[in-house]
Amino acid sequence: MIHQPAPYLTLSAVRARFLLVLLMLGLIGLAGRALYLQGINHNFLQQEGKSRYSHIVEMGATRGMIADRHGEVLAISSPVASICADPKLVSATKPELKVLADLLQLDLSEIESLVANKNRRFVYLKRRVPPGVADSVAKLALPGVFLQNESQRFYPAGEVTAHILGFTGIDDNGQEGVELAWQDTLAGELGSRRVVKDRKGKIVENVEDINLPRQGQDLVLALDSGIQYLAHSELKRAAKAHRAESGSVVVLDAKTGEVLALSNWPVFNPNRRSSFTPSGIRNRALVESLELGSTLKPFSVAIAMELGVVNSDTVIQTAPGMLRIGRRTIRDVQNKGALSVAQVIQTSSNVGTAKIALSLPPETMWEMLNRSGFGSSVNLGFPGEAEGELRPYNDWRVVDQATMSYGHGITASLMQLARAYTLFTNDGELLPVSLLKRNSSVMGQKVISKETALAMSGMLEMVVQPGGTAPLAQVNGYRVAGKTGTAHKYIEGKGYAKNRYIASFVGYAPATNPRLIVAVMLDEPSAGQYYGGLVAAPIFSKVMSGALRMLNVPQDAPVNNVVSFPVAAGFEVGG
Amino acid sequence: MTKLNGCLALILVFCALSVVLSQHEARKLITALENERVMASQLEVEWGKLQLEQSTLATHRHIEGIAREDLKMQMPAETRLHTVMPTYFVGLTNSKSALIP
Repeated sequence: MIHQPAPYLTLSAVRARFLLVLLMLGLIGLAGRALYLQGINHNFLQQEGKSRYSHIVEMGATRGMIADRHGEVLAISSPVASICADPKLVSATKPELKVLADLLQLDLSEIESLVANKNRRFVYLKRRVPPGVADSVAKLALPGVFLQNESQRFYPAGEVTAHILGFTGIDDNGQEGVELAWQDTLAGELGSRRVVKDRKGKIVENVEDINLPRQGQDLVLALDSGIQYLAHSELKRAAKAHRAESGSVVVLDAKTGEVLALSNWPVFNPNRRSSFTPSGIRNRALVESLELGSTLKPFSVAIAMELGVVNSDTVIQTAPGMLRIGRRTIRDVQNKGALSVAQVIQTSSNVGTAKIALSLPPETMWEMLNRSGFGSSVNLGFPGEAEGELRPYNDWRVVDQATMSYGHGITASLMQLARAYTLFTNDGELLPVSLLKRNSSVMGQKVISKETALAMSGMLEMVVQPGGTAPLAQVNGYRVAGKTGTAHKYIEGKGYAKNRYIASFVGYAPATNPRLIVAVMLDEPSAGQYYGGLVAAPIFSKVMSGALRMLNVPQDAPVNNVVSFPVAAGFEVGG
Repeated sequence: MTKLNGCLALILVFCALSVVLSQHEARKLITALENERVMASQLEVEWGKLQLEQSTLATHRHIEGIAREDLKMQMPAETRLHTVMPTYFVGLTNSKSALIP
C-alpha cells in the first residue's frame, strides 16, 4: 500500500461567504423578532399577560326593602339561583340529562331541545329555582351546566299589600305600584373591581375599584299593615257577599294625609305570576275615575255656606220631590217637603242640593271644587293616577250645574274623594296625601273656613243618626261623620245603566277630633242590595272601629251609642 | 472596595428576600380578607332569608288563622270593650262626653 498524505481540504471562498451571510441573516432575524416583541407588539403582549392573572369581579348590590310604618317587612329581595347551560360545552348523556330534568321538573325532551342548538353559548334551563334544587344541580357537576345567582322579590303579605306595592319583573326592575314609582330609590347598582387571582382562582391582590356598588335604599311607607290587613279582609268579605264586580277601600290619616291602607278587589298574589290578570292588578282606588254620586253633596253645600248663601238652618223647599230644569227632571225618591240645609245632607236630597247649587255662580263653584282636589291628580307619584273629570264651568248648562252638585257628571278616583274629605277634618284645609311615612307635619291648602268645616262636620254626623241614610256606619264608642253615595254606573257609549250601581261611603271618626278618614266603594253590588248606606257603610264601620282600636284612639262617645233605625227613605241618585 | 461591594450585595439580597416575604404576607392577608367578605355576604343573605321568614310567619293572616282556628279565640263584642286611658282624668276634663269608668 502506498501511504498517501491526508488530502488538504480547501474551503471554497464562495461557500464560506455564503455561510457567513446565512448566519448574519439569522442574527438579523432574531434581532428583528426581538424588536417586534419588545418594542412594537409590546402593549398587546403585556395586556395578554395581565389578563392571565388580572380579573374584573362584580360587586353585588341588592334592591332595597319596603317596610310599613312600624318597620314590618312588606317586600324583600332574596338571592335565588337560575340554572343555565352553554350548549356547546354540554356533553351529558341521556340518563344524566334525565336526572337533571327530574330535578328541575322539566321534560327530558325540553332540556334536550334547549341544549341541542350548539351555536348558542347561553340558555336558561330554568329560572329561579329553590335553593335546595340549586344545590343538587351543583352537585351533579355536569359540564356546561352552571348556576347564575339572581335575586327574587318576595312579598310576605301576599295579596294584602299587592296593589300598593306592585311587583318587579324578572330582571328585578319595578313594573307596577311603589316598586315602579320608586324604582330609582329601591334599585341598587352593581359595582366592579379589578383583582389579581392566583392559579387556584383565589384573589391575592386588590388592584382598584372600578365602580363602587350602590346599595338600593330601603323605603318606609305610610302604610299600617294591621289596618291594611283589616281593610283588605273586610273589603274582600263584603265584595264576595254582595257579588260586586270590584271594590276599593282607602284609609287616610286625617291629620297628616298619610295613606294608612289601600286595598282593591279583585286582587292578585304578587308572589305568583300566574295570578296576574289585567283586572286583578288594577289599582282601582287610584287609577279609576268613578261617578261620585251623593258623596259630593257636602262640597256643594259647603261652598254655598262659605259664600254665605245658606247656613245649616236655612230652609229649602224640596216639595214636590222633583225639580224641572229645561227638559230634565231632578228627583228625590219621595217628597220630603221643606228641609233645613242640614236635613238636605242628612237625607241626601237631590232637589235640595240642586236648588242650593243653582244659587251659586258656576265659576265660583268650579273654582272651589277644583281647589278641593277634583279634576286634578293626587300626586302620590304612583303610575297612572287618575285625575277625574271636572268639566270647565263655561261648558256648564244650568242643568249640568244642578246635577253636578249631587255628583252626577263629575268623576274622581276614590283617593281623590278621600283626600277631599280632609277639608272637614282639618278646619277647611286640603291636605296633600302621601304613600311614604311623613316625619314632619304638612301644610294644607285653605279651601273653606274653619266655621264652615265644623258646621258641615255636624251635618255629616247627622247622616249616621236617626233620620240619616247610614245607620250601619255607626261605630261603638266613637262619634262618626260621613256621607253615603249611590250612583248609577256610567257605561261608555251607552249612558247611565238603569240597574247597575256604584255604592260608596266616605267618613271619618272620632268626629270630635278626627284621626282617620275611610272611603269605601263597591262597584256593581248585585246580591240584591246596592244602597251606599246598606252596602258600603258596614265595611266603613268595621274598618273604622278596628282601626281606631288598633291606634288606641280615645273614645268620644259611650260604648252603647249605636242605635238602630231604618235607612232614611232615600235612593239618593238623580235620574 | 470589594468589602463594601460584598456588604452592599448582602444587604441587597436581604432586602429582596424581605420584599418577597412581605408580598407573600400581603397576599395571605388579602385572601383572608376576601374570605371574610364572602362570609359577610353569605351572612347578609342569611339575614335576608331570616327576615323574610320572620315576616312571613308574622303576617296578620297567619296569626289570625292560628288565633281563630287552632286556639278558637274570638273578638269580644264591641260593647264589651272598654278603652282605658292613662290620661283618664285629663281626658275627662277635656272631653264633653262622659267617659266610661
